[in-house]
Amino acid sequence: MAILVEMRKEELMIEQPEVNKEEVYQTKDLNLWYGDNHALKHINLDIFENEITAIIGPSGCGKSTFIKTLNRMVELVPAVKTSGEIYYRGRNIFDKNYEVEELRTRVGMVFQKPNPFPKSIYDNIAYGPRIHGIKDKKILDEIVEKSLRGAAIWDEVKDRLKENAYGLSGGQQQRLCIARCLAIEPDVILMDEPTSALDPISTLKVEELIQELRKNFSIIIVTHNMQQAARISYKTAFFLNGEVIEYDQTNKIFSTPSDKRTEDYITGRFG
Amino acid sequence: MKLIDQEQVIRRMKPRLFRNTFFKYLFLLATGLCLIVLAVLFGRIFIQGLPYLDWQFMNSLPSRKPEEAGIYTALNGTIWLMVVVVPVTMILGVGAAIYLEEYAKKNRFTTFIQVNISNLAGVPSVVYGLLGLTLFVRTFAFGKSVLAAGLTMSLLVLPVIIVSAQEAIRAVPSSFREASYAMGATKWTTILRVVLPASLPGILTGSILALSRAIGETAPLVVLGIPLFLAFLPNSVFDEFTALPMQIYNWTSRPQDEFHALAAAGIIVLLALLIVMNSVAIMIRNKFSKRY
Repeated sequence: MAILVEMRKEELMIEQPEVNKEEVYQTKDLNLWYGDNHALKHINLDIFENEITAIIGPSGCGKSTFIKTLNRMVELVPAVKTSGEIYYRGRNIFDKNYEVEELRTRVGMVFQKPNPFPKSIYDNIAYGPRIHGIKDKKILDEIVEKSLRGAAIWDEVKDRLKENAYGLSGGQQQRLCIARCLAIEPDVILMDEPTSALDPISTLKVEELIQELRKNFSIIIVTHNMQQAARISYKTAFFLNGEVIEYDQTNKIFSTPSDKRTEDYITGRFG
Repeated sequence: MKLIDQEQVIRRMKPRLFRNTFFKYLFLLATGLCLIVLAVLFGRIFIQGLPYLDWQFMNSLPSRKPEEAGIYTALNGTIWLMVVVVPVTMILGVGAAIYLEEYAKKNRFTTFIQVNISNLAGVPSVVYGLLGLTLFVRTFAFGKSVLAAGLTMSLLVLPVIIVSAQEAIRAVPSSFREASYAMGATKWTTILRVVLPASLPGILTGSILALSRAIGETAPLVVLGIPLFLAFLPNSVFDEFTALPMQIYNWTSRPQDEFHALAAAGIIVLLALLIVMNSVAIMIRNKFSKRY
């Protein structure tokens, strides 16, 4: 069955998006506290593969916290406590035997502000493969080209791979960061408001790129911008005060939300 | 109804502008005074010392006869001293800074250590001399060797190196670390490949400035009993030695005027050494400092 799904993924997406998709993430009664602040409350969300799942909600509703919990980056914050389970491809990521480094090689992340390393464009992309032990120059060259092409930035940078990444514009830097993320060949890509620091034209390019990436990756994107969620995502989860208020297909959320609070938020009554 | 009377504002304008100019010249005066004192000092040293500064001076052992005396042993001893101080301080200092910044939990105990390190940076160098005398010269029986003096000097400059390295490490944006962790890098890989390269200019600048201080320190060497006069060169770190500041101190305490001139020449050599080291620090900073 899995093989069949693999083979027919493309068609299925178009014809019957709901059929036979595997969950990449299943969260079971997830709670998270920053000290005494109960930031995530009883979250039960299933996220499916090869979909773009958008997470929307007002500032401080826990949407960034949630996405950072999915690759356990949230643990970098001191005094974080969690309860409940998150299954990634059937394995509980909080399991003692599940090394966080292993999880993060499968789950890439793109941050709010472009954060390339102060290294050359080439070294930025090659960073991930290198730390995972790939030394062969030929393979690295190939990965770099493939990743940059995948992030639709190859043509802009192919002649200046040895130059410092900070010579690029903000939008290019963000696409470079996406390319860097692709270089470790992840399964899921988490994006934490990836366009909030970009101008409209760069935003458009990144959005087109995200659409393109959906074919090969599962993407979970936090966004402040409701239009963006409506434009690019297949499913949308609405967070409020650390709770999931509504989780459904995007067109349903934006046309006929079942919860009054969702409606109020998307019509701009608050947030 | 207006709360601000424009006429009064105009009337007050003149004294405000006067104060503005006044402070500008006050600060200029402060800078000028410092520079004048420095210029007088330099002028005197150069007038006194330059005639004696020649190849023979650089290349001769100390002697009772001023015309034959040279700085060779002292310069050699200072270089030997650095051979001990540089690796010891760099390894211990940067290591401690990495631990405190990247690994240590931010709790009261860490804060306590932090405050103490900053305090140690302000302890008089004589105290370090006494510590070195008890610990390295006597207890470990290293004698008045390069090793004993080098370790004492290391203790002296370590707090400065730790604090400056910590600042350099702290200045590395946390977004770099996050990017690295998010790709499945371990803490050590992140430190080695992201944090250290990005903080290296700052670490090197701070270290070189601290080492410059170690070169010029005299008090701990006096306390350790480093010889003022030595007619041979050290062959290993366990040998006795003398250093530039000791040699200068020795010459200035002699009654003859020629020796005073030699001391001035020695100071010029020491200054030159310091300028070279500081320029290297500035070059490193300019070359490697990245914009982000």
